[in-house]
Amino acid sequence: MSTAGANTMQSQRVAAATARQPLLSVRGVKTYYGNIIALKGVDMDVHEGEIVTLIGANGAGKSTLMMTIFGNPRAREGTITYAGRDITKMPTHEIARLSIAQSPEGRRIFPRMTVFENLQMGASMNGMAHFNQDLERVCTLFPRLKERLQQRGGTLSGGEQQMLAIARALMSRPKLLLLDEPSLGLAPLIVKQIFNIIKELNEKDGMTVFLVEQNAYHALKLAHRGYVMVTGNITMSGTGQELLENPQVRAAYLEGGH
Amino acid sequence: MNAPSITTSSAQSPAGTTRFDLAAAVKDSAKAALITLGLSIPILAYKTDQSGADLFLTPRWGLVAIFCAIVFGLRLALHAFTASRSYRKALPDPHQATEAVHAEPSAYQKVSKFGIPFFLGIALTFPILIYLIQGGLNESRYWVDLGILILTYVMLGWGLNIVVGLAGLLDLGYVAFYAVGAYSYALLSTTFGLSFWICLPLAGILAAFWGMILGFPVLRLRGDYLAIVTLAFGEIIRLVLINWVDLTNGGAGISSIPRATFFGLPFTAGEGGFAATFGLEFNGMHRMIFLYYLILALALLTNFVTMRLRKLPVGRAWEALREDEIACRSLGINTTNTKLTAFAIGAMFGGFAGSFFAVRQGFVSPESFNFLESAIILAIVVMGGMGSQIGVAIAAIVLVGGPEILRNLTFLQAVFGSGFDPNEYRLLIFGMGMVAMMVWRPRGLISEREPSVILKERKAISGSLVKEGHG
Repeated sequence: MSTAGANTMQSQRVAAATARQPLLSVRGVKTYYGNIIALKGVDMDVHEGEIVTLIGANGAGKSTLMMTIFGNPRAREGTITYAGRDITKMPTHEIARLSIAQSPEGRRIFPRMTVFENLQMGASMNGMAHFNQDLERVCTLFPRLKERLQQRGGTLSGGEQQMLAIARALMSRPKLLLLDEPSLGLAPLIVKQIFNIIKELNEKDGMTVFLVEQNAYHALKLAHRGYVMVTGNITMSGTGQELLENPQVRAAYLEGGH
Repeated sequence: MNAPSITTSSAQSPAGTTRFDLAAAVKDSAKAALITLGLSIPILAYKTDQSGADLFLTPRWGLVAIFCAIVFGLRLALHAFTASRSYRKALPDPHQATEAVHAEPSAYQKVSKFGIPFFLGIALTFPILIYLIQGGLNESRYWVDLGILILTYVMLGWGLNIVVGLAGLLDLGYVAFYAVGAYSYALLSTTFGLSFWICLPLAGILAAFWGMILGFPVLRLRGDYLAIVTLAFGEIIRLVLINWVDLTNGGAGISSIPRATFFGLPFTAGEGGFAATFGLEFNGMHRMIFLYYLILALALLTNFVTMRLRKLPVGRAWEALREDEIACRSLGINTTNTKLTAFAIGAMFGGFAGSFFAVRQGFVSPESFNFLESAIILAIVVMGGMGSQIGVAIAAIVLVGGPEILRNLTFLQAVFGSGFDPNEYRLLIFGMGMVAMMVWRPRGLISEREPSVILKERKAISGSLVKEGHG
C-alpha cells in the first residue's frame, strides 16, 4: 500500500530528527490543581517534523499536560523547553507568540464572532502580516469554512467548529501545533477528514503536531510516536505502530471501543 | 417567537443588483448639501462690511442656500448617472447558476436601516424642531434640557458599552469615572483657571488613569467578583470625595464652576459675548443650545471611536475576550493589556461626560455620583443589548426620557383623581418594563451582534445549498 511507503519515508525523516535536539521537551513536570496532583513528573519529547500523540483514559491528565505546556496551569516542578528556550514560567500569550499554536479542548471558538473574525483573531499575533495568503490556505484546507466566512462561529456544526479551531490555530503559521481531542463528538467521517488534514499539514508543510486523543486507534495510526498516560504518569511510549500492536494498549484502549 | 435568534440568516443579505435607489440618492445628496452648509457658515455666510470705523457682519444666507441647492442637485445627477451605468452592468446573467440568497433581515439591520438616519436627523435638528414646535427659545428650555440629559446618558452608556458590552467586564462602578471627570474639571478650572477646552482632555486622561488603577487589581477577576470590586471602587471614590474636605469641599460640593465658552466667546449679555458678536439678542438659551450640540458632538465622538476601535485589533481582542478568555490567551493575546485598555478607554469617555456634567451644572457634589447612577447606566447598556450602539441609545431615551413623560401625563389626574402623581409609579413601571424585557428580549433590545468586517465579495452562498449538508 502507498501508506507503507510513506511510513518508511517518514520514519527515516523522524529518525533523522530524533538525533537532533527535540523541539519541545518536557522534563519531570508536576502540575497541581490546588493540593491535588494532576501530573506526577512527566517526561516527553516532540521532535521537529513529527506527529506525536498522547493517549489515555478520561482524567489521566492529557489535557492538563497540554495546558501546562501553554503555562495555564503552570508546572510546579520540572521544566518545559521549546526550541532550546525555557518556557516553564512564561505567560501564556508569550508562549503562543513563539509560534506554538493550540487548538484547545472543546474548540473554544468565539461563538458570536463570524468565522472570518475568528480567523482574524488567529492571525492577530503576527500583526495580520500574511492574512490574505493564510486565509486562502486554510480555505483550501477546509473548503467548508470558505462557504461560511460570514457566519457566526456559534452557528457552525460541531465538525465545522473543530475545523475552525484548527484553522484559527494555523493562521499564526505555527511551527508546533497542539491539538486537544480534535475528534471529540464528531462523526467518524469527519474525524477521518480532520485526521487526513493533520497528516497533510505534517507531510506537506513539515508542521510538528502534538495530538492529545481519546480515539487511540486513529491517533496511533496517524502518529509517528505515541505516549500513553495513566493517572498523571507516562507509562508507555513508542512508535505508533508499536503501541498499536502492544497487547496492553490494545486491551486498555483499542478493544471493545473500536 | 420573539426570542432573538442567532440564525444563519443574519449573516447574509440579499446580493441584489444595484438599481437606482432614489431614497438613498436623495439621502446622500442631502448629506452633501449639509456638508456644504457646514462649510459655508465660516466661509460664505457672513461678510464683513466696513462703515467708517466700525466693522459690520452682513449675513448672506441666500447665497448659502443657493450653493447648497446646487450641490444637492449636482450630487443627485451624479447618482442618477452612475446608477444607470452600473445597473446596465449588473443585469443578471441568464446563465447564472446560483440564486441570490434571500435572508430575513435581522432586528439590528431593520433598526439600523431606518433608525440610524432617523435618530441622527432628530438629534441634529432637535433644538430647531423644539423651537418651531414650542414657538420660542424660552419656551423650549425644558425640552432642550431634557435632550442634554438624555444625550449625557447616551454618551455614558456608549462609554460603559466598551467595558461591559465589548470587553465583557461587568463594571458596577462606572459612575466613579464620571465623578473623576466632573471633579477634574471643577478643581482645575476653579483652582488654576483653566478653560473647559483644556480641561476636557485632561479630565479624560485623568479618568483613563483611574480606569487603569481600577484595572490592575481586578485583572484576575471576572463576572460576579469583578462586579463586586468595581462596585466598591465606585463607592470608594464617592466616599473620598465626601471626606477629603480640603480638596473637594466635602458634601457641600464645588460651586461657581466657570462655564464653557463658544471658542472663546462667553455666553454673556455684555459686549464681546456670544450674542453681541453674532448680532443676536441675548438669551440664556444660546448657552443651552450650545451645550446640547456639545454633548451631541461628544456622544457622537464616543460612538465613532467605538465603531472604529471595533474594527482594529484591539477592539476585536475585546470582543474575543468577552467570548473566551482562555482561547484569547492561547492565540497570543495579552489579556492584561486588553482589559486595561478597555477600562481606560471606557473610563476616558466617562471622564469626558463628567466634565461636561460639571460645566453644565456649574456645581458638583458627591451626591450626583451615587450607586444609582451606575445602576442606571448599566441598565441602559444591558437593556439596549450588550455591544449594540443603537440599542444603547434607544434604552437611554426610554430610561431617562420615560420618567419625564410620566411627569407630564397630567391627564391621568382626570381619571384617577387630582391626588394622582404618575411619577410616583416610576419605579413600579420601571420594574415591570424590566420583567417584560426579561421575558421577551432577554439579551437586550438589539441583541444581534453586527460583524465588524463585512466581506465585499458575497457570492451567493446560499442557505439553500447549506441546508442540504453538502460542502
